[in-house]
Formats: sequence, structure tokens, C-alpha cells
Amino acid sequence: MDVIINGERRAVPPRTTVAEVVRSLTRQPAGVAVALNDEVVPKAGWTTTEVGEDDRVDVLTAVQGG
Amino acid sequence: MAHTHTPASPGAAGASGTGREERPDHGAEAGGDPLVIAGRSFTSRLITGTGGAPSLRILEDALAASGTELTTVALRRVSPGAEGTVWDVLRRNGIRALPNTAGCFTAGDALRTARLAREALETDWVKLEVVADDRTLLPDPVELLDAAERLVDEGFTVLPYTNDDPVLARRLEQVGCAAVMPLGAPIGSGLGIRNPHNIELIVEQAHVPVVIDAGIGTASEAALAMELGCDAVMLATAVTRAQDPVLMAAAMRDAVNAGRAARRAGRIPVRRYAQASSPAVD
Repeated sequence: MDVIINGERRAVPPRTTVAEVVRSLTRQPAGVAVALNDEVVPKAGWTTTEVGEDDRVDVLTAVQGG
Repeated sequence: MAHTHTPASPGAAGASGTGREERPDHGAEAGGDPLVIAGRSFTSRLITGTGGAPSLRILEDALAASGTELTTVALRRVSPGAEGTVWDVLRRNGIRALPNTAGCFTAGDALRTARLAREALETDWVKLEVVADDRTLLPDPVELLDAAERLVDEGFTVLPYTNDDPVLARRLEQVGCAAVMPLGAPIGSGLGIRNPHNIELIVEQAHVPVVIDAGIGTASEAALAMELGCDAVMLATAVTRAQDPVLMAAAMRDAVNAGRAARRAGRIPVRRYAQASSPAVD
């Protein structure tokens, strides 16, 4: 199953959760937010929210700016 | 007669015995002149950004030297394997993070970014930036006001980066923004405060804190912003891209304190000709 993670198409196993996507990118989930198809997924829902075919998952964090 | 002597000249040092009682406390150092935004008090009136610093180490030292208690961060996609983050630096130093919506060109973009920032940083404060184009990074007033109103409705504490336009500043206040942050000049330009008169007009009418945001290049410009009556100064580039960021951060801290004190002290009127500060020769 393909999903688009931070703008890159990647193959992931079926029933992959948002939490697993986050873990694949960073070991520091503090200060991270996730949007699934532009909608915020609250942290409490990461382990129960599964990503689907062609979903866009954006994993963001604070960086230097402003 | 060229020298008109006035016995109780305001410039005469020690002329008044009541000076001690009337002298305001020294603000930041005494803790008696806090900056209050949305009910939250800050001792420092310098809000800093974090963009452009040569390294996190230098950024951390500069933030410490600036004395800031509120610092902006941007929200971007996680890059795998990145070690150490600006978020860690702020937490370690007890500095409140103020997420911005830099890079947003529409109200919709800004709302999405603000919601993600709230989730990531666990704050409903947002420095709202909605810019019109990459070349000037000037705020888009129509999108900005729309975004501000919608974010306020969603419960955000909104601090909008705005043009030096008194009418737009008033509209932003009317829709419920917690402060207004007019630019002195375009972001990163170091052009200083191009329209001090407009900044004074914004200050005169505002019932929320006015924070000069963008354009500051050096310490005298930060002091000027405070002398014009701004409640705080927000800057990033002037410090992070200075040849010695830590030293410039300290200079900005002092400039903001000095400008604030000067504003509160009440400057002398400008005169066309001299007014002797020593008694006339008998």
C-alpha cells in the first residue's frame, strides 16, 4: 500500500498507524504534530488511526524560524 | 539676548528635590513594568525569533543574552535523523515558544499551520503571518484579517504580523487579536522603522500591546520603537545574522530597556535653539 509521507510516496504495510509513521521518521515524538489529508490527528489518536491507500501524511515539528 | 535663563529648567540636574519619588522604577530589572499579553506577564519586552542562527549553540547563547521569555519557531516537516531541536533549546531555557505561520499565503494555509502548531507545541498562541509574495514578504491584509478572525473564533491567542497601517491594526484588534505587530520595514531588511508616524498612530489608538515586528537592524532602531511607545520589540535576523549574535542580543536587550525607560521618563520637547542648562553668568 502506498502513502505519501511528507511529500514522498512510500510503500507501507496494510493497517499501518499514524504512530508507526511517526516512529519511522523520528525518535522524538515530543513537539511533533501530524496531519492526515490536511486534518490534524491529535496525539491521543495516533495509535488507533490507520493510514489508507494514497493518504497524505504530514509529520511536522518546530524548527528555527521567525 | 541669546541665552534665556530659566531657573527651573527641566534639563538642570538635581534641580528638583522631588525627583526620587517621581522617578519611575527601572522597569524590567525591578519587575514593576511587565509586558502583559492576553493576561500573561513577561519581564522582558524583547521577543526573539530563531531563524538564521549559524548553530543551535550560538542561538542558545544569544537567547540567553537577550533575556527573552518568548521566542518564535516555525513548523516544518520532520527531517529524519535530525539531532537536537530548537524546541529542546527553548524548553531547556524556560523560554515560551510562539509558533508562527511563516510561509503561509492564504488564510486557509495559516489556519492549518496554526492548528498543527497548537498540537505540536501545546500552545494556543500563534504569531500569525500571512504574506502576499516572496519578494517583499509583506502581509496580505485581506487574508490576514480573515485568518485572524477565524483563529480567534477557534480559541487561539492571535498575535498578527501586520503592515504599519493604523486602520488594519484597528481592525485586527476589533476581531479579537491579543496584540498587533506592525512591521518597521520588510522582514530581514534591516531598514529600521520607515514610517515612525504610522507606528505612533497605531500606538495611540491601540488597547492591546503593540509589538514592532520586522525591519529592526541595530540597537538604536529597537530603542526608537520603544520610544515611539511600542510595548515590545520582535526581531530575529538583526541578532542571528549579526557578526557576533550573542553580543548583538545583549545590545538589543539593553536598547529595549533603555527605550522603554526613555518613553516612560518623558523626553524633553524639541527646540529650535539652545536652552542653557547652566545658570547665566552674573
